[in-house]
Amino acid sequence: MEKTPDVSSRIYWQMFITFVRIGAFTIGGGYAMIPLIQREVVQVRKWMSPKEFIDMLALAQSAPGVIAINTAIFIGYKLKGVRGSIVTALGCALPSFVIILLIAMVFTNFKDNPVVERIFKGIRPAVVALIAAPLYNMAKAAGVTWKTIFIPLIAALLIWGLNISPVWVVVAAIAGGIIVGILRTRNLKKTE
Amino acid sequence: MGIEIYIQLFISFFKIGLFGFGGGYAIISLIQHEIEIHGWMTQSEFTDIIAISQMTPGPIGINSATYVGYTASGTILGSVIATFAIVLPSFIIMLTLSRFFFVLQGNKYMEYALLGLRPAVIGLIAAAALVLMNSENFVDYKSIILFGIAFIASFKFKLHPILLIILAGLAGLLLY
Repeated sequence: MEKTPDVSSRIYWQMFITFVRIGAFTIGGGYAMIPLIQREVVQVRKWMSPKEFIDMLALAQSAPGVIAINTAIFIGYKLKGVRGSIVTALGCALPSFVIILLIAMVFTNFKDNPVVERIFKGIRPAVVALIAAPLYNMAKAAGVTWKTIFIPLIAALLIWGLNISPVWVVVAAIAGGIIVGILRTRNLKKTE
Repeated sequence: MGIEIYIQLFISFFKIGLFGFGGGYAIISLIQHEIEIHGWMTQSEFTDIIAISQMTPGPIGINSATYVGYTASGTILGSVIATFAIVLPSFIIMLTLSRFFFVLQGNKYMEYALLGLRPAVIGLIAAAALVLMNSENFVDYKSIILFGIAFIASFKFKLHPILLIILAGLAGLLLY
């Protein structure tokens, strides 16, 4: 006796539109998207409590992949199961997909234009600076100390200097973290 | 070319989605590696994509997948496949995690893994910056000066990325 299609399809539509808006209005992506997601999902729609949102965010950040998409999937799943997660992820990715596809189609024709080339000659070093500048504060936030600074150093040198795939660095970091964690707790037990 | 390019795009971006811990800038390093081994584009073309990503909506991972998918295959299908592939691991992992949410909260092995991952992600971002410090992006001494100014503007004065890119583009017009 499932005769409430208008109500259920309305929630799917709301979920879709909410995440299209989130995807369309957060320029720069990544962490810039989090406050908007929080506002839309917690304050406007009241789909989850602030506490739930913080817990979910921790999970979405610890998991691999695009953080905004992880968040969308979690919220969609919580509201309407697997189907809900497909709706929210699709909504979240759609605006950037359409915009970038259009740019890719147009930009390939303009790339060799001398004026465009001059502009990008100025932009490229600035982009490198944009990536390098937050490193110091990010390292502090990640809890890197003089004792652990060898980890990012070795990781960077392996990828940059020896052209090793970052995949192996990630796998090694996970394995190393688990081994160190187990050894540490074992030593703690011994001293007790 | 044929169907192989689509399979390659799928595998590459699935890998990027699966091992891309730390979001945003950390994912750049994984994309760089895949682009390089497949010869899909030069590092300076990829730098341009990062610039465009900063100025358009949406996450860098999605933007890159869509852009590389299109330019590597020359088709919209390539875009769709690459974007689908980078999102797919998120589905598998997030749906599994949310099912075991309460078991995992404060799980010690997850804590241990993050112990190694957090500092390594910093290394990934550093590597991304180092790979981009090449002769394609730094064509002369003016590039180095631009880099220095941009670095200080971003690190010390927290200049907004979009404003920074616009100003750098204007500087490029004036200097070259």
